Amino acid sequence: MPVLTFREALNQAMAEEMERDPNVYLMGEEVGYYNGAYKVSQGLMERFGPERVIDTPIAELGFAGVGVGSAMVGLRPIIEMMTFNFSILALDQIFNNAAKLRYMSGGQFQIPIVFRGPGGAAHGLGAQHSQCLDPWFCNVPGLKVVAPSVPADGKGLLKSAIRDNNPVIFIESEVAYGFKGEVPEGEFLVPLGVGEVKREGKDVTIVAWSKMIHVALDAANALAEEGIQAEVIDPRTLRPLDEQILITSVEKTNRCVIVEEGWPYAGVGAEIAHRINMHAFDHLDAPVLRISSKDVPMPYALNLEKDVMPNAQKVVAAVKKVLYI
Amino acid sequence: MAVKVTMPKLSDTMTEGVIVKWIKKEGDNIEAGDVIAEAESDKATMELEAFDAGILKKIIVKEGGKVPVNGTIAVIAESDEDISGLLKELKSAPQKPHVEEVSTKEVESTTIASAPVVDNTPQDEILTRDSIRIKASPLARKMAAEKNLDMRKISGSGPGGRIIKRDVETVLAESGVKPSLKPSGPAVIPAGGEDVPLSTMRESIAKTMVLSKQTTPHFYLTTEIDMDKVVETRLAINAIQSGIKISYNDIIVKAVAVTLKKHPRVNGSFAGDKLVLHGRVDIGIAVALDDGLITPVIRNCETKSLGQIAIEIRESAKKAKDRKLKPDEYTNATFNISNLGMYDIDQFTAIITPPQAAVLAVGVVQKKPVVKDDEIVIGHRVRVTLSCDHRIVDGATGALFLKDLKKLLENPLGLML
Repeated sequence: MPVLTFREALNQAMAEEMERDPNVYLMGEEVGYYNGAYKVSQGLMERFGPERVIDTPIAELGFAGVGVGSAMVGLRPIIEMMTFNFSILALDQIFNNAAKLRYMSGGQFQIPIVFRGPGGAAHGLGAQHSQCLDPWFCNVPGLKVVAPSVPADGKGLLKSAIRDNNPVIFIESEVAYGFKGEVPEGEFLVPLGVGEVKREGKDVTIVAWSKMIHVALDAANALAEEGIQAEVIDPRTLRPLDEQILITSVEKTNRCVIVEEGWPYAGVGAEIAHRINMHAFDHLDAPVLRISSKDVPMPYALNLEKDVMPNAQKVVAAVKKVLYI
Repeated sequence: MAVKVTMPKLSDTMTEGVIVKWIKKEGDNIEAGDVIAEAESDKATMELEAFDAGILKKIIVKEGGKVPVNGTIAVIAESDEDISGLLKELKSAPQKPHVEEVSTKEVESTTIASAPVVDNTPQDEILTRDSIRIKASPLARKMAAEKNLDMRKISGSGPGGRIIKRDVETVLAESGVKPSLKPSGPAVIPAGGEDVPLSTMRESIAKTMVLSKQTTPHFYLTTEIDMDKVVETRLAINAIQSGIKISYNDIIVKAVAVTLKKHPRVNGSFAGDKLVLHGRVDIGIAVALDDGLITPVIRNCETKSLGQIAIEIRESAKKAKDRKLKPDEYTNATFNISNLGMYDIDQFTAIITPPQAAVLAVGVVQKKPVVKDDEIVIGHRVRVTLSCDHRIVDGATGALFLKDLKKLLENPLGLML
């Protein structure tokens, strides 16, 4: 199986879907002539032309709205947010139009649109450009939210997202664009709403997604050296959430630690903890713990940034706490 | 003015204390700072000092009694003061630990409804323990309920004394019950039936048992043993809080080992043209697994202390369940013991594992009406059945072994010799 970087896997997904369906097009800031700020759209303009790979002005609300409008009349837009920090400007279109029109039109309109781009912190980008907005989108009925952690999932989920007839928020990671992994060639779909066990274990369930999977796996490796077998679960899609995979795992391990990049208050991890509490209460031997970023705007200084973010040590400590060791 | 003397929190993790000894007695004059008693926390025994002066009017928690932190252990008052009102109040309002405002009723409905109390706790203890808000993880609660364990008798090792999975497992291991998290509903088998391939273990059990039943002439001897003193002894040993909890099974294993030493044929093997008598007593303990069983061996039992045997049984049972036993840890026993007491079996007959000469099947230690000094009283009894290989053990040989075993268990102090 070919080994691709995350950005190549995403690029392949878009190219294959654009090849397959002429209604699919890509729009965003610098996606065309510049080949994308993070080179995810490398070569697409050359291949599909400026009519299907459209450079926009710096006007997120505007091009998000154009995207929603085009989806209403039958196109399948992929709207790239250079980063999801900029999507905040487009939230009115995303929340009020993309998410609601199908419902408010009694099903007369479908909005098959994907908003994609990197979310979360990279390195030293400061408070306004280092935000994990997963919970914002997850809170809105009408949206699906996807957060892939490895290149293969990136490809398979993006293809499914493009084919989905509902608005999908597809949150990538800037630091993960260079991550490499085996990616199946050609038609490879990962269904939305289906999680995956990234590592099997019996002692504790660690739930993580996006780049936090790698923090979770690092922690699991460190724990394995101490004889603790952690099971790492990647829900992959945050909404709709694969409850069953979480419950099955917690029923086996009796304890759970959730690792998320976002802020602690009202985070996605809080929702996951709630679901586990609801459906696996009698299987819990310890409270579900969450490791999130600290409850502060992201500091610019790299040492402080590191301190704010989740890391393997913090996860290991939480795991030991739920194991009472 | 009358003041209540309460059990102080002597360590961070202490939730209850035991009065080891009263230094002062009722009616003694007390000065503030006097050592009035010795109390034992979960960590150590410490002296309790009085904070108030007066007369020690009433000792509420007797020596050996347990009380939650902040529970009243005594009342100090003026010599002529009437404390009957206060005593009444103490009797009617069960002692509450800490500051948690949980009514007794609530405690009952939330924590022990599904875990019936098995034995009759003395009245004193109920006064002090019933009202404790039991902290337990949901899983621990569920496990305890499934096994009918009384949560009040389980000590919690989690934060703030929370009872967690491992605490319930410890109790289950001590009583020999195999914890099972599998739903107890019927197994789902397709209507047309199902063929299950044999596991290696199942294959080996099948082979050995058939070989044994076809080639070993079994006969069986059953006797009922008075366990009253074993029950007492076990409580006394476990009250020492040495860190080792002793189960009935541990005591039976030790007693069997001591008895086998005196009955080498029961500990021997029939080897075709000769009898083999072993110089060692290596006892195999049957441990049930999900599919099958295994008998980890406790070596040289006759030379080991009860505590040592208890620890080794615990460790090897855990290894057995984790499937981590090495072959030399479950082979070459000279005698096997199979205990189904935890499944409430009165008595049963076990199949001898060749080339052993015998196996002891142990039932449940149960309370029953017994005749003692021509009175019908409640006693503890256990029924054991010895399966013997008639080629090496005759009826009288086996009977004498059981007689000695019975004598030892009925006077367990003999185990110290």
